[in-house]
Parts: sequence; structure tokens; C-alpha cells
Amino acid sequence: MIDVINLKKRFGDTEVLKGIDVTVNKGDIVVVIGPSGSGKSTFLRCLNCMEDPDSGSIVFKGVDIADPKVDINVHRRHMGMVFQHFNLFNNKTVIENIMLAPVYVRCQEQKQARRGKLKGASGPGTADAQAQTEPAPVLTKAQIKAQAREQAMELLKRIGLEDKADVYPSTLSGGQKQRVAIVRALAMNPDVILFDEPTSALDPEMVGEVLDLMKALAKEGMTMVIVTHEMGFAREVANRVLFMDDGVILESAPPKEFFAHPQHERTKEFLSKVL
Amino acid sequence: MGDFGNKWAKFVEIFLEKNGYVRVLEGLQNTLLIAVCGLLIGILIGTLIATVRVVPKYKRLPRVLNGFCSFYVGLFRGTPIVVQLLVFYYVLLPLLGIRLSGVQVAIMVFGLNSGAYISEIMRSGIQSVDPGQLEAGRAVGLSFSVSMMKIVIPQAVKNILPTLGNEFIALVKETSVVSFVGAADLYVAFSYIGSNSYEFMVPYLVMAAIYIVLVMGISLLVKIMERSLKKSDRRN
Repeated sequence: MIDVINLKKRFGDTEVLKGIDVTVNKGDIVVVIGPSGSGKSTFLRCLNCMEDPDSGSIVFKGVDIADPKVDINVHRRHMGMVFQHFNLFNNKTVIENIMLAPVYVRCQEQKQARRGKLKGASGPGTADAQAQTEPAPVLTKAQIKAQAREQAMELLKRIGLEDKADVYPSTLSGGQKQRVAIVRALAMNPDVILFDEPTSALDPEMVGEVLDLMKALAKEGMTMVIVTHEMGFAREVANRVLFMDDGVILESAPPKEFFAHPQHERTKEFLSKVL
Repeated sequence: MGDFGNKWAKFVEIFLEKNGYVRVLEGLQNTLLIAVCGLLIGILIGTLIATVRVVPKYKRLPRVLNGFCSFYVGLFRGTPIVVQLLVFYYVLLPLLGIRLSGVQVAIMVFGLNSGAYISEIMRSGIQSVDPGQLEAGRAVGLSFSVSMMKIVIPQAVKNILPTLGNEFIALVKETSVVSFVGAADLYVAFSYIGSNSYEFMVPYLVMAAIYIVLVMGISLLVKIMERSLKKSDRRN
């Protein structure tokens, strides 16, 4: 689903990623671990071009999204992202946080579809959007909103926070915020979700609830790329563990193999410190 | 004290009997019109400039726009408002062959001028919003401008509301120079009363009182708005 080919990224004079090649298949749960400063967060942020790669390509569902000519916003809608510091929209209530992007995107798609119909032909850029909206009848904004609200409420019920729908994020605990952030990503029906240290900013007692939700997603077959320091989680849930150090991937193996028989000297050293 | 009573009587006479109150109402209307329209134009221009200034500058267009914006801000902060009024009214607009009334020119100049100041206020407001907010918006597939409009700027405005109120107060007071281009504001109205009674003490005192009441009203308004926007900060 995602093919990363010779990805390089530098900040000023420091080369953070020195040529990364990774393939993520549908249903994969890839956990990226490594010492701080090894470039694992940068790698993850390059996957949806939050950081523009300097060279190399990121082929997502057949399109190289590292190409500056590609409309990255369209592709990001199929890649969810969950941040270390949650980044819920502070000026929106919980349910608005979840609904904002789906409502906006669906309204845009309808506008485009309508314009496409008027012209009688569609450009290459709108083909994707049209394919999704064409069979559905044209909805008003109110109908789109009602649908999105229903979907958002279902997602909130799933994480047991339906009574928090109309409060602002500042009233939630860290664990609740992160779970809302995860369902906000889910609301776009993404093909893959990227997790950037999702539990690092949480109180220890709240880590469990977030990991449980992630495990549930994994069971449902969601493709996930996760940067984390939770070794137990990596061992239990991942089907591949990547070890990064100094801008390169040193080791890539299924978790059993990875934790039992690390190949590289650097990996052994790291594991002996964290386990 | 009898002297003051005499002056007061003269003022009241002109104010009521010689249509002084009509001029005062007109002046008040123009003062508020210039200040409010100036503020609105200023917020619009200021937000645009501030947005341009925080756009990442890898590409050429943002860099050019940024250069233009700093030039604009430098120009309007670097010259007195009276000079700007005079230049627009007597130089620029006649050169362009555009005829505008004094009030219209004043609205334009105060809008352009406060735009320069508000751009800096707005920029600090935008920078006070956690960059993660913009990132989260981009990550769900919203464009830069949509994320700014729906997520960052509403939060920025909340943060800068007291400063924006300050700017509005300054604007209301600064409008007292628009008579330079023939716009009839509060000052013009009270000067009229003064020069008709050969007595300036009471008119100018009343004028000062009106400005104070205006400013106090604005402060109150800002406080109310702040309170209603604070609701997303408050716990439960």
C-alpha cells in the first residue's frame, strides 16, 4: 500500500534520513522503534508529507505523493495521523472535532461532482472524487452534517465517550483526548493510520486505554504504522518491527524474531537498555 | 461658579436651539463609522498580511508576497496618520482621478493604517496557537488556507481580543484628526458650537466626556466578547 523508496530528508546541515526503503502492505502493523534522534518521527511524518522529503519517493496506492505536483490534501484524507500531543482542535467541541474534516471534504466532493456534471467531462483530478460521489444522490449540507454526526456518535459510543460529545477538549483527560484523536482519524475511513508516539505524553494509568483501542483496530485489520516506546505493545501486536538508528533502518523483522534474536550489535545494545 | 453657569447656558442654547445637537449626532455617526469600518477593513487586511507572513517560505510566491507585506507595514507604521490622510486626499486620489468624500477617504486610510498594526497583532496571535493545531488540520486533508480559517485564526482571535480592543480604542480616538480632510467628526461638531458662542470650555469638556463614554463602552463590549469566547477554555 505504501512503498517508500530511498527516502532522504535533511534539516539544515544534519541529514536525518539517509535513504529509507520500506514497504507497508495492507493490514500490516509496522512498529518503528529506535533511540531518540534516530529519525523515526521524521520518517513517519514524511509518509504523509507533513515533512517534505528531499529526495526519494513515497508511493501510496500507486501515486508518488512526494511529488510536489500532487495534491497532497486529497491523499492525506486516506491516511489518518495521531500525534503525541493529541492536537485536538481546541476551538471545536469533541463531536465537531470528529465531524469537521468529513463534512468539509464531502461538501467539496459534491461541489466538484456537480461542476463535473455541468461540464460533462471531468479532469483527471476530479475522477477520484466523482467515482465516490456519483452513485450517491446529491445531498444538502444539512444532510451531510446529519450523516457525519451519526457516524461521529457511533465512533464516540465505541470509545465510550458519547456523553462527552458536546464538551470542549480542554475538559478531557489525556487518555480521552488521544482516543478522540484516534476516532477523528477513523472518521475519514482511512486506508492507513500513522501513530506518532501516541502514548508518550500520557499518564501511565491512561496508556492502557489508548493501547487497547489500537489493539482493537489492529484486530479489525486496519493498516497501521506506529512509532512508539511501548515494547510490550510492539511484541504483542506488530507483525513487523523496524529498528532505526542514525537515519537508517538497521533491522526489520517479525517481533518474535526481532526481540529473541536481534541481528545487529546496535539493536542488541538498545534492547538491553529498554527491556 | 456663576461664570461657569453662564458658559453652560450658552452651550445649551447653541446645542439645542441652533441645531448644535444635529451636528453632534452627525459627528458621532461619522466618528463611529470611520472607526468601525476602519477596524473591519484593518482586520481583513491584517489577517491577510499575517497569514502571508506565517506561510512557510520555500517557494518564490510567498517570499515575494512577504516582501510586499513588510514594505506595506513599514510604510503605514512609518508615517503619521495625518500625513497619510493628506497624501491620499490631496495627492494620490486626485492623481488617480478618483473623487471621494472626506469620510470615505478617512475610512480608507484608517483601514489601511490599522491593517498594518493589526497584521502584527494577528501574527503574534497566530504564532501563539500551538503549531500542532495547523498540523492536525493538514493531517486530516484540509488545505493550508482552510486549516487557517477554521482552526488557527479563530483561536488566534481569541488570544488577541484584548489587544484588538485596544487597537479599536486607539482608532476611535485617532479619528479626531479627520477634519484635516474635511470629514465632519465629533471635533468638528463641537468646534462649531464653540465658535458660535465664542466659548470653548464647555463644548470641549463635553466632547472629552463623549470620547470617554465611547471608550468605556468598547472596553465593556470587549470584555463580554472575551467571556463568551472563553467557553472552550473553561473546564466543564
